[in-house]
Amino acid sequence: MIDLLEKYSNAFGVSGYEDEIREVIKESLKDNVDSIKTDFMGNLYGYKKCGEKNAKKVMVIAHMDEIGFMIDGVTKNGFLHFRRVGGIDPRILVSKRVLIGKDKIPGVLGAKPIHLQNRSEWKKPIPMQKLYIDIGAKNQKKAKSYISKGDYATFNTKFEMQEDVLFGKAFDDRAGCGIITEILRGLEDDQHYPVDIIAVFTVQEEVGLRGASVLAEREKPDYVIAFEGTTAGDVPDPEKRDQSPSTQMRKGPSITVMDRTTIGFRKLKEHFERTAEKNNIPYQYKRSVTGGTDIGVIHTKGGIPSIVISTPVRYIHAPRGIMALEDYKNTANLAINGLKNFKEVL
Amino acid sequence: MSTREILRSLTESSGISGDEFEAAEVIRKFFSQYSDEAYIDKFNNVYGIKKGAKSNGKIMFASHLDQIGLMVNKIDKNGFIYFVPIGGHDPRVLLGQNVEIQGKEKIKGIIGSVPPHLQKPKDRKKVTPLDDLYIDTGLKADFIKENVSIGDSIIFDTSCVKLKDDCYASQAMDNRAGVLVLIEVLKVLSNLKHNWDVYMVGTCQEEVGVRGAAMSAYEIKPNVGVVIDVTFGFSPGSNKYEVVKLGNGGTIAMGPNFHPGLTDKIKKLAENWEIKYQETFIPRPGGTDAYSFQISGEGVPVIQMGIPLRYMHTTVETLNLKDIKRMAKILALFVSEVDKYYKEVEH
Repeated sequence: MIDLLEKYSNAFGVSGYEDEIREVIKESLKDNVDSIKTDFMGNLYGYKKCGEKNAKKVMVIAHMDEIGFMIDGVTKNGFLHFRRVGGIDPRILVSKRVLIGKDKIPGVLGAKPIHLQNRSEWKKPIPMQKLYIDIGAKNQKKAKSYISKGDYATFNTKFEMQEDVLFGKAFDDRAGCGIITEILRGLEDDQHYPVDIIAVFTVQEEVGLRGASVLAEREKPDYVIAFEGTTAGDVPDPEKRDQSPSTQMRKGPSITVMDRTTIGFRKLKEHFERTAEKNNIPYQYKRSVTGGTDIGVIHTKGGIPSIVISTPVRYIHAPRGIMALEDYKNTANLAINGLKNFKEVL
Repeated sequence: MSTREILRSLTESSGISGDEFEAAEVIRKFFSQYSDEAYIDKFNNVYGIKKGAKSNGKIMFASHLDQIGLMVNKIDKNGFIYFVPIGGHDPRVLLGQNVEIQGKEKIKGIIGSVPPHLQKPKDRKKVTPLDDLYIDTGLKADFIKENVSIGDSIIFDTSCVKLKDDCYASQAMDNRAGVLVLIEVLKVLSNLKHNWDVYMVGTCQEEVGVRGAAMSAYEIKPNVGVVIDVTFGFSPGSNKYEVVKLGNGGTIAMGPNFHPGLTDKIKKLAENWEIKYQETFIPRPGGTDAYSFQISGEGVPVIQMGIPLRYMHTTVETLNLKDIKRMAKILALFVSEVDKYYKEVEH
């Protein structure tokens, strides 16, 4: 279970260039589904039929893309200019490491030494236009021989585990990708879910829910459940303001009542609450109403009952996130049990 | 061991000012491999001594082995850890860094940041001051209370990464790269005759006030001193008069802190051997071990070479390995001639 998440977290897959993570997921799925396909957007589909005629279709989705960067210029001294792909606070980019393109060329984002600054400079964040990536290239010509404009880059972060805590990049939403894979692996040989499962790993969520936009039309699902790695806000706040700690670490999977794009379908919300209580799985609600998910662009197409279930992650959209092992396990547990007894919803 | 491997081993060991134990031991091992005698003193200055053919003088190299870091100063009830700086830090560099707390166990953590989803627009214009930054280990508060104590050292948890065109990035290049120069000089000296005894010293507590160099120079009382430290390398937006380019050779420093006669000798020597070097101009003593070295004991004629380094005091300090190799060559040649030079410049 952890090995799988490690592979998913470490894989490269910035929105628009999900090639590596797609292959990694495909490889992990192949023995657990009846068939696999991809579409022109790059979404990955895995089908697991229950064998019954006219079975209802439950689509479980997670996005496989991650935030990152795109190289858009090379200075004459061989430094790289870049743009952000997805929502990234430029303040967290200072003094960090990245990997660029297919060959994963290592680069660093430096900052002017403290010794050469005026005191007033430290009080202002370094703006995007003053950030650049250094790959050590001697000059522009050399730099261009190593990378191309248009190459994507991601944080150079390796997955790690310390006691019962997981560290890694892109838990938003490789955690969800992991949970869906566990759903497909979560049955004994003679068991079936009472519904047909369509597992979809979507592309381009971070740049506007693009991949998911084609799913309703293509698959016509009866229900959709999205699995996310969402913000855990139970951390100190210097201004001591009430920050409604979105979700909290070690408090179990979070059920979304409402976010910016969806209101969780009431019957599904109740189903997962019941499932959690019956199986002694802790759960919580997402308390903020910010952020959006792929569900937003699916559920209005014909009116499809949908809900989002998330694993709490601290520091999403940063080089390294923190997630509790127990939260991840409990999310998988809730997902598998909720689908096993899905007949209760039908 | 190759130069590259030594660099990795040096920069990945921990040695904050005052807590240099681990780095000191790593350096002692390297020194003992290439010199006649190596030891660590009670303050964690590390010495490597290579005897000369005549032993009729002493040249001492100083390169500080300590690095900047943090110290635990508060643990809150939820197990979040607050800290104070040891050495000079830019708070903007700290956000989102991976750290390792040197508690009863080594514990990994992250310096916390607020994700964009939970920020207010005005937050983006602010720099979180050092006092408000905290470390999140994700671990339970009880575990933290048992294993972490106020006063524990905190280092950055990063590895050395190879970039293109002979460049490397790491934390603690300032100044383990300087120690690497000392080791490389010893390597060259194994095939080069020199009359004087050579004392290689990795000095402690430079970042908090150039203290180790004062102690060790007082102890050794050398005839000539050489300081190796890092110097500001070019990066976009820097003032070209304040920086030098990476890959164009190490720097020879000029200014009142350095002996003009010996400085002149080493420049001529580099020119004669056609080894690339650059110059830096330091109008006021300060900033490196040379500050205390020059006026230690009865006074020591000191020269200084610098390694061009980008992004000093960040976790991605970047240098070019070629510069280090060139410096080692120049410096080893200087050692082999130093008795002669000394006579020529003696008052």
